[in-house]
Formats: sequence, C-alpha cells, structure tokens
Amino acid sequence: MKFLRDTWLIFQRQMMLVLRNPVWLIVGVIQPLYYLLLFGPLLKPALKPMGATTDAQVYQIFVPGVLVMLAIFGTFFVGFALIAELRAGVIERSRVTPVSRLALLLGRSLRDVVSLLVQCVIITLLSIPFGLKVQLGNVLLAYLLLGLIALMLSALSYGIALKLRSEDALAPLLNTVGQPILLLSGILLPLMYAPGWLKGISKWNPFSWAVDAARALFDGHPGDASVWKALLILGVLTVAAVTWAARSFARSIR
Amino acid sequence: MIETSGLRKSFRARKGTVDAVRGVDLKVREGEIFGFLGPNGAGKTTTLRMLATLIVPDGGEATIAGADLRRNPGEVRRRIGYVAQGLSTWDTVTAREELVLQARLYGIAKSRARELAARAIGSFQLTEFADRKCQTYSGGQRRRVDVALGIIHEPKVVFLDEPTTGLDPQSRAHMWDEVRRLRGEGMTVFITTHYLEEADALCDRVAIMDHGEIVTEGTPDDLKREVAGDVVTVGVNGAAPRAAQLLGDQPYVRQLETTEDGLRLYVDTGATAIPHILRTLDGAGVGLASIELHRPSLDDVFLTKTGRSLREE
Repeated sequence: MKFLRDTWLIFQRQMMLVLRNPVWLIVGVIQPLYYLLLFGPLLKPALKPMGATTDAQVYQIFVPGVLVMLAIFGTFFVGFALIAELRAGVIERSRVTPVSRLALLLGRSLRDVVSLLVQCVIITLLSIPFGLKVQLGNVLLAYLLLGLIALMLSALSYGIALKLRSEDALAPLLNTVGQPILLLSGILLPLMYAPGWLKGISKWNPFSWAVDAARALFDGHPGDASVWKALLILGVLTVAAVTWAARSFARSIR
Repeated sequence: MIETSGLRKSFRARKGTVDAVRGVDLKVREGEIFGFLGPNGAGKTTTLRMLATLIVPDGGEATIAGADLRRNPGEVRRRIGYVAQGLSTWDTVTAREELVLQARLYGIAKSRARELAARAIGSFQLTEFADRKCQTYSGGQRRRVDVALGIIHEPKVVFLDEPTTGLDPQSRAHMWDEVRRLRGEGMTVFITTHYLEEADALCDRVAIMDHGEIVTEGTPDDLKREVAGDVVTVGVNGAAPRAAQLLGDQPYVRQLETTEDGLRLYVDTGATAIPHILRTLDGAGVGLASIELHRPSLDDVFLTKTGRSLREE
C-alpha cells in the first residue's frame, strides 16, 4: 500500500511539472508530424511491394512505425531530467525520507508512459485525415505495446543516468545505442530491401518485432504471430529493465 | 540524543583510498545546538551523511534519537531531518508545494501535510513568497525553505550542513534566529560550519574536526579557556621571520605563530608581555606597524590544536 501511495505521489508531482510546462509534450508530437508530412509521401514507391498503392495505404504502414519511433526517442532520453533533479538536490531530499525507492523510479517512468500515450493518441487522430483506418481494439493493443516500450526505455534511461550522473556522458551513450536501434527496426524503410545479413541482425532487435506487430495491428490482424511474440519479448525485457533500474535506484539512492 | 563511537568511512579515489572519517566519537545532548567546526575537507559532511543514513559507515556504531544506525536505518530516517549543503528545491514549483510533498513523502496524510506546510510557512516567515515559484527566491529565502523542508515532519533531531554558507550577513543572522527557535521548540540541532563566529555565537557545544578526526570538543567558552592566557597580534610589515626569531625564545611567549603580515603570540598575561615585546623589537630595530591584545577565539583553539589557522582557507 505504501509503495502504491508513494508511486502515486511521485507520479502526481511529475505529471504536474509536465502540465505546467507542456512544451516538451508538444515538441514530442511535432517531430513525428514532420515524418508524416515530409517523409511519408516519399515512401509510396518504396512500399509498393508491400501492397501499398494509395496514400492511405502508405500511412497505414508508416504511422505504426512512426509511433514506435516516438516511443523509443520520446522516452530513451528522460535520463537527462533525472540528472537535472540530482543536481538540484531534489533526489537527495527524497532520499532522507522513508519513501519507497522503487516508487521514486516508477512514479517517474509512469509519467513518461502517460505522456507518451497522450502523444500517440494525438498522432493517431491527426493521421485519420490522411486516410488511416484502424479498429479501436487493435489500436488499444498497439498502445499497450508502445506503453511497454516506454516503460522499459525510461527505466533503462534512469538507471543509466544514475550510473553516469553527467549529461556529457549520457548523450553520446544514448545516441550510440539509439541510432542502430532505429535503423534496424524497419521504421523508415521496410527491411525487405535489406541484404540477408542485415535482416539477420534486425531479427535480434526487439523493436523490429514491435514495428511488425504494430503494423499487423493497424492492418487489422491481431491474431498475427508477430503480435504475441512482440508482446512477450517486450514484456520480458520491460520486467528485466525495471528490475535492473530499481536495483540501481535502491543501491545508489539507498 | 546522538551517540557515536569509532565511526569511520574511506572512499576509493584515483590515487588509493582516502580516509575521510577516521573514528569519530561523539555525544550530543537532547535540545542543544551542537556545532561541527572544521575546514573544508575535514570530514564534517561525510560524518553528517553517515548519521543521516545517506552513506553506510565502514565501521563504528551510532545511536540517533534512540534508533540504531547500523541495524535500523529506516527508523533513524523517520526520526531525523536533514538539510544538505546544496539546494533542495525545484525551480518551477512553489515552496508550499514542496513542503506539502515533503511531508507526504514522510507518510503524512494530505490534510495534515497542508497544515504542517502552512505552519512552517508562518514560523519561517515564508508567507510573502511561499506561493511563488522557487526560482524567484533570493539565496537566503531559498535556504530558509530548505531548512523548513528538513523539519516539516517534526523530527527530534535535525542535521544542517553549512546552512549559512554563501549567505549575506543579514540572511545569516536570520538563519541563526531560526536555528535558535528550533532549539526553543525542543529540537536537537546538529550543525556544521566553517565559520568561527557562527560556532561561537550559535552553538551550545562545539567539536572541532580536522583530517577526519575530532581534535577537541566542549562549549565554546571551555575551549577558549583551554588556550590559557591572552593573544597578542603584532604587525611588523614583512619583518615577521626576524621578529619570530627575536621573540621565539622569550620566556613569556608560550606559543608563536607566523601570520601573513606579522605574528600571533600566546602569552600568560598580555599586560605584562606587551612592554617586553615592544622593548625587544625596538632594541633590534624592527619597526612595529600595529600591536593588539585580545582574548582567545575559536580560531586560536583551532590553531593551537592543529597548527593551522582556519582563516587561511
């Protein structure tokens, strides 16, 4: 009970800060919008082999990928905020209280998940005029997938930030890890054009499974094998990431 | 209220280990303001952070407000307050919001947390700005909010790590009043400082720390009395080495320290020593810029115990 109450307290405070200064929430929506407006149209010829001949069909394939990209890049960099809080002494002040250490992590990660889902809903709604069609049940399942990605990456980002404690070390590390994840996920161009070895590597990228699953869901195939596989893979990874981050919170914040 | 024995802590650094605290034995009584005086790097903050459960001691024992530090840090945490050396507020929230949240992190219910916040705002005189964002506060105002946050849950003991460092004299005086008020309310206050005047004026008892060890401990008056006699400072305009040579052997000089522009002499009785000093220097042709007689200060205590002046920082 105490843990839930503490998590709620931290979540509430963090959410209040987001709402008080929603600039980042809005910036987070603008970036994928650029991709939809300025990159989506380029994909039409490239997506022809996947059966996309109209603009609407292109967006049907591209939007779920953009949402996964938003989930990755919207949450992987949240560690910066934690470093700012460490520097301001806010974390130290929480440390001297008996507040649950796991709550300090989860309250923040849940804030990230909620902000991401709000952004995803905005992007989905804005894609409807472009011809996107998706069933409510399927889109909710896709959001569950995106929520898992957000929870995993934000926990990971906080855990790493706590170890590095410096923006100068965090930025290059996150970029070095983030870029190949994006390129190997088949978001920007489908991996069907990739040479065999590249396809082989991408099979090991959990986010390429997520992209496949999100596309299957937006295409109206919740029974597709990629869906349960992605949910399982990401579920396991999320539990692992949260456990690891929680431990490093418990250890270094004690 | 606080009792420690053999408390120690070393850190691994690039060049081997640093023994930050090497066996601290302390006894702090209930309801007193206890001062921890020492230069930067003496181990004051490390000791404080150990007592506040923020770092684990390598060895030693401590009991704080009746709870055992090693065996039950959670209970210690509930009974103490801690105000770190740096700031602790977030720019874009108000002092009131911070106070309410802090109280709630201690497990206090919402309505009670609001009451406590309102009370702290009144007693720390934060009313004027408590509903503005923290980024608009002055240094002194922000520091007062830090202390208010540290005692919001009404602890028995509060640790204040250099609460007045960087404050202007007026804000410092204001902070002293707050600390005395906390004592008046029955709280035990454990404060670190590297300001001698502060330790002298504010603290009921003082421990002087240097190189990770407690050098001496007592009331400021007792400590000063230990440095028996008077202190004579002599300004000699660059002729300090010569003057030291001349006066070093004199029987009435108990101890002698060379300072920037002259000497500091510890003598039994200033009134009889001064004519001798004048005669000796005059006889050797050393020109005298100034001569002053005063009672020993805590700096003199520090100087006689460690051979260094705290003011030379």
